[in-house]
Amino acid sequence: MDLSLIIENIGIYIEGLKHTVVLVSVSLFIGLLLAIPLAVLRTSKNYFIQAPIRAYVYFFRGTPLLVQMFIVYYGFGQFEAIKASFLWPFFKEAYFCALFAFTLNTGAYTTEIIRGAIEATPHGEIEAAKATGMSRMLMLRRIILPSAFRRALPTYSNEIIFMLHGSSLASVITIIDITGAARIINSRFYSPYEAFLTAAVFYMALTFLIVFLVKKLEVRWYAHLRPQETATVEARV
Amino acid sequence: MFNLHGYGPSILQGTIVTIAISLASLALAMLLGIGGALSKLSSSKPLQIASQTYTTIIRGIPDLVLMLLVFFGGQVFINQVAPMVGYEEYIDINPFIAGVSTIGFIFGAYMTETFRGAILAVPRGQLEAAYAYGMGRMKVFSRILMPQMIRHASPGFGNNWLVLVKTTALVSIIGLDDMVRKASLAAGATRMPFTFYLVVALNYLIITSVSVYILKWLETRYSMGVIKA
Repeated sequence: MDLSLIIENIGIYIEGLKHTVVLVSVSLFIGLLLAIPLAVLRTSKNYFIQAPIRAYVYFFRGTPLLVQMFIVYYGFGQFEAIKASFLWPFFKEAYFCALFAFTLNTGAYTTEIIRGAIEATPHGEIEAAKATGMSRMLMLRRIILPSAFRRALPTYSNEIIFMLHGSSLASVITIIDITGAARIINSRFYSPYEAFLTAAVFYMALTFLIVFLVKKLEVRWYAHLRPQETATVEARV
Repeated sequence: MFNLHGYGPSILQGTIVTIAISLASLALAMLLGIGGALSKLSSSKPLQIASQTYTTIIRGIPDLVLMLLVFFGGQVFINQVAPMVGYEEYIDINPFIAGVSTIGFIFGAYMTETFRGAILAVPRGQLEAAYAYGMGRMKVFSRILMPQMIRHASPGFGNNWLVLVKTTALVSIIGLDDMVRKASLAAGATRMPFTFYLVVALNYLIITSVSVYILKWLETRYSMGVIKA
């Protein structure tokens, strides 16, 4: 192990870290925005609304992220129509293709997570909302989605970590994320331990950070479910 | 439907390689999973710490980084160790071995968690009763623990298997001739990347759909004695 090699080249890793963080957070954010309406529509009883969403989720959950990325990055260029259109400047960029594939991928997984959470809403809550005369939109906004988000959080935190790990695939299509940085160091100095173990440490740190942040969010979101010890103390004063 | 320009058989060969890697890694993952679960539940402190470290590390590092570490790092490691035991020639790591051992090692950690939960779900009283009848440890495991464990483990196991199959796509990066690599070779030669990668994607869908079907059957088979609400 030659740590000085890493210290001298830490700049490449920092650059890679930036790319990883941007790729993961942007795709998670857009994926979530995509997933919320899709999950709501997925619970619709209308077959023609439900079926296309089902097919989308089925395709993206049933195939490897690597293949999805290849279809976008290498595959779209096969069509003259895409090459000639205004979309081509985007799809010829590896960065955009990775982002596109990641977003659709996490969107599909998140749709399924939120759908599960929506369907687990206690029947009584919906009945009560209807009884108070809420419209479907209001009920969705005030009753169903807030409680579904709470239920979905533990599973969604797994999805965040999967996306972080999945983002390492971006290095395969020439993007210099953390893994890409490690591959450069490895090929330049032929020092696989130093290169990849450093990348591993970066990913571990990010994973722990995500776990920590989700824990904090859980404390906030589940505040009303905690046993309230302070209440009795205040009552005495 | 698809004109594969004669590359069909080659993709099919790749599909067989993909399935072979998946099954081989699954076997390794199950062995590691059982071992990991038993050590997590054992009373020995070192075993507990070792298995806890194993699962934490694996879940913190991306599959691709681990695979590259094993493939490139393992190469250096073996060639440093081999001369010490008197072997002088340069050793090339077989990508199949690198791929299977990495994927098996990764999913061993996930299996550990699945099996640990399944073992804990079997009521203690049943095991105590079995011991009271004078059954040995092996017999308790094979007659009482195992059959019920399979039922509790099967949903998690199924999930792990589906993720594992998709993870095998990564072996194409270290040069193993699975269906993704076969597709990229065919795509390069015919300039039809979309077609070939889509065919591969559909192949994965077929594999996962068939797996889901088999897993469902297995789940019904092993929960025969359970009354459903």
